[in-house]
Amino acid sequence: MQNVVEISGLTRRFRDQVALDNVKLTVPAGSVFGLVGENGAGKTTLIKHILGSLKAQQGSVRVFGIDPVADPVNVLGRIGYVSEESDLPAWMTVDELMKYMRAFYKSWDESYAESLRRDFDIDRKAIVKNLSKGQRARAGLLTALAYRPELLLLDEPSAGLDPVVRRDILAAVIRTIADEGRTVIFSSHLLTEVERVADYVTMIKRGRIVFSGPLDDIKATHRKVSFRFDAAVDTPPASPVVLHWEGSGKEWTAFCTGSLAEVDAAAKSMGAVIVTAASASLDDIFVAQATSRR
Amino acid sequence: MQIHIAPDDGVPIYLQIVNQVKYLVASGRLEPGEEMPPIRVLADRLIVNPNTVARAYRELETAGIVEKRRTAGTFVSTNGSPLARSEQVKILTQRVDTLLAEARQLDFSVDEVVDLIKQRNFDMRASAKE
Repeated sequence: MQNVVEISGLTRRFRDQVALDNVKLTVPAGSVFGLVGENGAGKTTLIKHILGSLKAQQGSVRVFGIDPVADPVNVLGRIGYVSEESDLPAWMTVDELMKYMRAFYKSWDESYAESLRRDFDIDRKAIVKNLSKGQRARAGLLTALAYRPELLLLDEPSAGLDPVVRRDILAAVIRTIADEGRTVIFSSHLLTEVERVADYVTMIKRGRIVFSGPLDDIKATHRKVSFRFDAAVDTPPASPVVLHWEGSGKEWTAFCTGSLAEVDAAAKSMGAVIVTAASASLDDIFVAQATSRR
Repeated sequence: MQIHIAPDDGVPIYLQIVNQVKYLVASGRLEPGEEMPPIRVLADRLIVNPNTVARAYRELETAGIVEKRRTAGTFVSTNGSPLARSEQVKILTQRVDTLLAEARQLDFSVDEVVDLIKQRNFDMRASAKE
């Protein structure tokens, strides 16, 4: 199987609010897939479609080639899901939680679960609701990893957590991907984390996909460019390669998309020369795309 | 092998690894024949995607800086590479680029910059002789 998730033409409305607008998404097996976008952009709605907890109003969703709404048993048993709002049974002890999960999943690996518990330093006898936020997040991660799911699905796993817990989560992502053939999808607003671990990045804005592709390609087609115009301008001309202008007089800095040759051609047609061109971090790219009016 | 990754730097992470290994080799802190950490181990340590480390190693291999030995792992190349010199050129090139960018902003031509460099060189030698 080549693609773990295949989504096409997916549109979702909540009353008259469009949450997802003609979304197309392909997640190749064995990749780490980062989903980014501002709060309310539609990331969680998209993830809920992958889990089958929302039914596609228009378009199709296939996970492992299966419709997750029609056949949830064969989809959910192969996905490890961790969300910001952990829904672990609060009244159980960690020990009971592990036994409870083992009953649900045929592929539960008790020795792996136990080694994770020791790595994460979670007390077996502690009651889930008494765990600290960080330890609860680790317990959630443990229960999602211990049955070695084919797809690890993380919805804002790092939100509100301290750097040490976030590091554990990223390390878990890396170990998951290092196991042949397993796939990770994670949504995050921490762009430096996405940049560290993702092979593919998709950005959603107001329910639409702004860009989607290999991280290397996205970085190669976004750059910060300083231009110098022949004469001072109040506002630089609009250009299809420019997302966002900043500057004054003759010197302007722009956030550009496209190849360097395209940017160079655009500069010539605007009566400007390129002074410097630098590659941009995913964080820069995100801000430029989020604030762009397009 | 000390490598530091700055994900907000803008430079792709695989390139950060490539550059830092090159500097470590150029400066002698990685010696010819020394073994590189396995891909998974380095990925785990740096908290980056193993595919990224694999890509960095491929680039380093293509550049002749490291070599894969069958079944044994990846090692710093032993055949004395011209790397040190080319890395030195690269460091100077970055300096020159900065100089040229500043010169352009101050409306100096390249010839004027070259003249200035020669003049400074002459002055420095003269003062050294005194």
